[in-house]
Amino acid sequence: MAPTPDAARAAQRRPRPRLDLTRWVRGGGLHAVLFAVPVVLVYLYFSWGPVVQGLVLSFQKTNLILPAEWVGWGNFEYVLADPGLLQASLNTAYFALLALVFGFPIPIILAVLINELRKYDALYNALAYLPAVVPPVAAILLWKFFYDPDAQGLFNSALGWIGLGPFPWLNAEDSAMPSIVLYATWAGAGSTAIIYIAALATVRTELYEAAEIDGAGIWRRIWHITLPQLRNVIFVMMLLQLIGTFQIFTEPYLFTGGGPNNATQTVLLKIYNYAFVNGDFGAATALSVLLALFLGLLSVVYYFVTKRWSTA
Amino acid sequence: MSAAPAPRAARRRPAEEKERGVISASDRRGPSVRAWFGAVQTVLLVLLIVAGLGPLLWAAKASVSSSNDIVSDPMGIWFTPNEWGNLLLAWNGARIGQSLWNTVILAAGSTLSTLVVSVAAAYLLSVLRPKWGPVLSGAILATLFLPGVISFVPLYLTILDMPLLNISLQDTFWAVWLPAGASAFNVVVLKRFFDSIPRDYMEAAKIDGAGPLRVLVSVVLPLSRPILGVIVLLSVVGSWKEFLWPMLVLSNPDLQPVSVMLPKLAAGNSPLSVQMAAVFLSILVPVVLFAIFQKQFLRGVGSAGGVKG
Repeated sequence: MAPTPDAARAAQRRPRPRLDLTRWVRGGGLHAVLFAVPVVLVYLYFSWGPVVQGLVLSFQKTNLILPAEWVGWGNFEYVLADPGLLQASLNTAYFALLALVFGFPIPIILAVLINELRKYDALYNALAYLPAVVPPVAAILLWKFFYDPDAQGLFNSALGWIGLGPFPWLNAEDSAMPSIVLYATWAGAGSTAIIYIAALATVRTELYEAAEIDGAGIWRRIWHITLPQLRNVIFVMMLLQLIGTFQIFTEPYLFTGGGPNNATQTVLLKIYNYAFVNGDFGAATALSVLLALFLGLLSVVYYFVTKRWSTA
Repeated sequence: MSAAPAPRAARRRPAEEKERGVISASDRRGPSVRAWFGAVQTVLLVLLIVAGLGPLLWAAKASVSSSNDIVSDPMGIWFTPNEWGNLLLAWNGARIGQSLWNTVILAAGSTLSTLVVSVAAAYLLSVLRPKWGPVLSGAILATLFLPGVISFVPLYLTILDMPLLNISLQDTFWAVWLPAGASAFNVVVLKRFFDSIPRDYMEAAKIDGAGPLRVLVSVVLPLSRPILGVIVLLSVVGSWKEFLWPMLVLSNPDLQPVSVMLPKLAAGNSPLSVQMAAVFLSILVPVVLFAIFQKQFLRGVGSAGGVKG
């Protein structure tokens, strides 16, 4: 970037004395502070403050009535000793895995296909994105009805036409989590596809021509040119999806409430229950901190692993 | 379809200028590629219509069908008579009208709050550039990398008892509006846009005697209209979709948005037809907004990916 006039003037100003208040005001210092006040206040109260408070709270026992009491690692010991934690962690990991294996490739396929359209691609984009604007609560209530385990249920009767089912969907331990993943994929695929489509616009098309000269067919062009060029976006989206799926709450909360028999109990559902059902804010923040640490660690490991692949 | 050929032709033009993709122009002329691609295109369209539009159309029809029909043959409700009364029952009886209004207030306030704070932060970091700017910028960026879960419970406690002020925002719209202001993502997007505005415009305004606020209002904001529009749209739909946070901080049913109202309605004993009418009413506004502003939405989401990437 070329030096802007601002920067040039700032460089000239530097040797002058700094303590002159009127000069500070005239130079925009006061205005800068005035602009900063709402920003700092909002972030202090609703972003930075709560993060620090969360770290402090995880070492305290508090129920909002008695004054907070320092309990050291007590909350962490309590949370880790909870027999339900292992199940909730496994369920959450299972959800993340299913979403990764089945849900993750769909937006990529969708984006590559839509990117090839030369007509009506706006229509395809809009249809794909549509589920993303539906409020999740409304969509979940609809899907909950679609998932009716009865033979008359909407999905079951539609699958019945081709001789499948009826499936128990949310009502059986085995199929409850996959059903939630199916919904989550429907809800999220379109908006992710739009991001890939934007990334596809930056793929260097000369490479396709070069590959054609070398005799590469359409599939090999996708595999050896399109996907490698999307690599960085794919890595970022995968990490974002992992971080998102590990914090899944609304879907199990509204679909199953964690059931049947805890099969869809997730870590965030546990945090919610600690805080807002048991009123144990210390345990809730302790588990939050553990989850956040895990996600931070995951991001760091992921960053270093994919960095090697990215440069390869 | 044939009613408006002119705008359709205009809309098609940019598609033709699009750069080539995986499939080259000569591939496209080949009969087997053409047949395969045509088939894939058709199947994809059918799938997208069924998956994207299907549930919405079903909800629309269910909202005016009788509970009996919905339960006994959910796929057959297309052919049952309409019962328009459902919508009225949901609007008044189930108080969906009131909660929809609350949703509008929450969305408007959250959007305003995120706009004011993010514009102030981006203007500060991009244009005013005080010496301490990088510190603030780093502190705001850091929040992008912290998983939301860590501050979720303490944020709730902050709302119950604001530190130093000792007031509770519980059961006020402020409890939703103010936290919505802290959106680091919007700061990044806006700052990036402000950075791209030529400094000459601002210098010219300054020479004409405009102060920093005047430069912001008369020069920077008018030039940023497209990005501001995108942020408004995404923020309105985003807060329309909020569920957990409003449920926690708004316990008074008179203040609750429709997303908090719906599960209570479903758990209660209101008839299925009224529930479906309520679901449909809550879907309608964001879908209509999207239908009108498709281009802005899709461009916004696409460029958001650029920021993440």
